[in-house]
Amino acid sequence: MSEWWTYTFSDFLLFSPRTYYRTIERYNGVVWPGHIATVGLGVAILALLGRPAAWRGRTVFTILATLWAWVAWAFLARRYAAINWAAVYFAWLFALQALLLILIGAIRGAVSFRPRRDTAGVLGIGLLVLSVGLYPMLAPILGRGWRQAEVFGMVPDPTAIATLGLLLLAEGSRRWILLVVPLIWCAVSGATLWAMGSPETWLLLLAAALVVGTRTSKVTTITAVSLPHG
Amino acid sequence: MEPAVPLSRRAMIGTLAASAAAAVLHPLSALVPTSPITKPIPSSGERLPIVGLGSWITFNVGDDPELRDECAAVMRAFFRNGGRMIDSSPMYGSAQAVIGHGLTQLDRPSALFSADKVWISSGSRGPHQIEESRAHWGIRRFDLLQVHNLLAWEDHLPALLRMKAAGRVRYVGITTSEGRRHEEIERIMATQPIDFVQVTYNVLDRQIETRILPLAQERGIAVIANRPFRQGELIREVERHQLPAWASEIGARNWAQFLLKFIVSHPAVTCAVPATSQVAHVVENMGAATGPLPDAVMRRRIAAHVAGL
Ligand SMILES: NC(=O)c1ccc[n+]([C@@H]2O[C@H](COP(=O)([O-])OP(=O)(O)OC[C@H]3O[C@@H](n4cnc5c(N)ncnc54)[C@H](OP(=O)(O)O)[C@@H]3O)[C@@H](O)[C@H]2O)c1
Repeated sequence: MSEWWTYTFSDFLLFSPRTYYRTIERYNGVVWPGHIATVGLGVAILALLGRPAAWRGRTVFTILATLWAWVAWAFLARRYAAINWAAVYFAWLFALQALLLILIGAIRGAVSFRPRRDTAGVLGIGLLVLSVGLYPMLAPILGRGWRQAEVFGMVPDPTAIATLGLLLLAEGSRRWILLVVPLIWCAVSGATLWAMGSPETWLLLLAAALVVGTRTSKVTTITAVSLPHG
Repeated sequence: MEPAVPLSRRAMIGTLAASAAAAVLHPLSALVPTSPITKPIPSSGERLPIVGLGSWITFNVGDDPELRDECAAVMRAFFRNGGRMIDSSPMYGSAQAVIGHGLTQLDRPSALFSADKVWISSGSRGPHQIEESRAHWGIRRFDLLQVHNLLAWEDHLPALLRMKAAGRVRYVGITTSEGRRHEEIERIMATQPIDFVQVTYNVLDRQIETRILPLAQERGIAVIANRPFRQGELIREVERHQLPAWASEIGARNWAQFLLKFIVSHPAVTCAVPATSQVAHVVENMGAATGPLPDAVMRRRIAAHVAGL
């Protein structure tokens, strides 16, 4: 793209906010009452995190991978693609994340969870509760009505935020690989919502910033501690 | 069907008086739309209404039946008011298919002047993309095909010119927006046998006045003005102010007409293509193609007024 610096976010916005939220509304109408199942899975994830055990970690990743694959196919490829030609690429990105979650989290068990009371632990649980419990309420709170609610496991934004929250609680050196796609999504969707003037943009950007900030400060602490003294 | 009731002379006079009063009170709903002012395409002499219809964002409504019907209603009002040129692109998501849906609902209006684009970095895949676009519109051939944002124009333009020679498209053009790559636009205008150039032009974005518009006149190239309202931002801004009383001197009854009349009154501009999702707005916009147009003095006054807001 030539003269790329002359473009702004709004140059890439292909649809009006009304069309975007109606796309979610019509999708909700088709997949209802599947929402009960995905929110149920979100609650199950929270419950599984309660006590550390390898099988629990693997189950959490399997659930999460299934939901990323579902969002890729049911929402991005089949619905969002009708108004955004780039959605097909996003669908592949989500499918890739599902694959990574299965490979790294469920099969190899290279990342695990343990309850923690530090900042990362509190933020992680906070983001999970926010995306599963509070995110669907944003639509009615912001005056768009329940039909346009964005539900965890059904649409990308709360699914990505919940995944970031979970990864804050996770341990294992491969964890960062699983952060890449959710962070990319926060940037993409954050820019779209920004161009549409939707306040949810701040939630996505904040979640991404918190995760990056917390992880970086942790890396810095570990590096500082492990540096040879004197 | 309602039975035809013979009208008494008195009832008829009453009805006429009421219609006239309604037309005065609600000028926009004036009963019979007057036909719009037209300008010739220099390369052929064919005349086009000076206001067309864009489709970026407004017509990208996917497969939402309710929104598709709203777009069809905008198109119906557009044609009813004498509109002809609809501009789209494969870049605009589902807009082409939505236009196709509207055309089907309207029984394929013969007035349509279809303007679409080729937008793909691979030259060899251009013909396939054009064929897909044509299928979306559901028409036999495009009236105008433009190279969108000059993307791979070195490949697409010769192909479009060959299509024109073979009678598979009537006119060929290039587009850009927001002042990008104007030097290249000028070079192509000076060297290639194009019929149309599409560029951004409105009361605040006037860079093309210095070189591109004079060159278009010199080379006999029709000019389509895009982003007449800066994608709505400009009109939202000016609408916070009172329309000046002297707007009536150019027949502008609202800000949309005030801004559009400025654009289409430039001698080198053939038409503007405002986009809208609302019937009331398309009627307003088409109204800019009727009544007096500002002369050079008035154009300066309009520009100064908007700049001073
Ligand atoms: N490179 C290129 O080839 C290129 C680039 C840009 C644009 N274009 C073409 O040019 C067309 C026009 O440009 P654009 O779509 O960017 O923006 P625009 O026509 O300047 O503005 C469109 C906006 O103005 C509002 N509007 C229209 N009529 C109105 C009225 N009478 N009163 C109040 N608001 C009104 C519409 O809102 P409502 O829906 O509420 O009416 C819409 O949001 C495009 O659709 C496209 O076809 C081509």
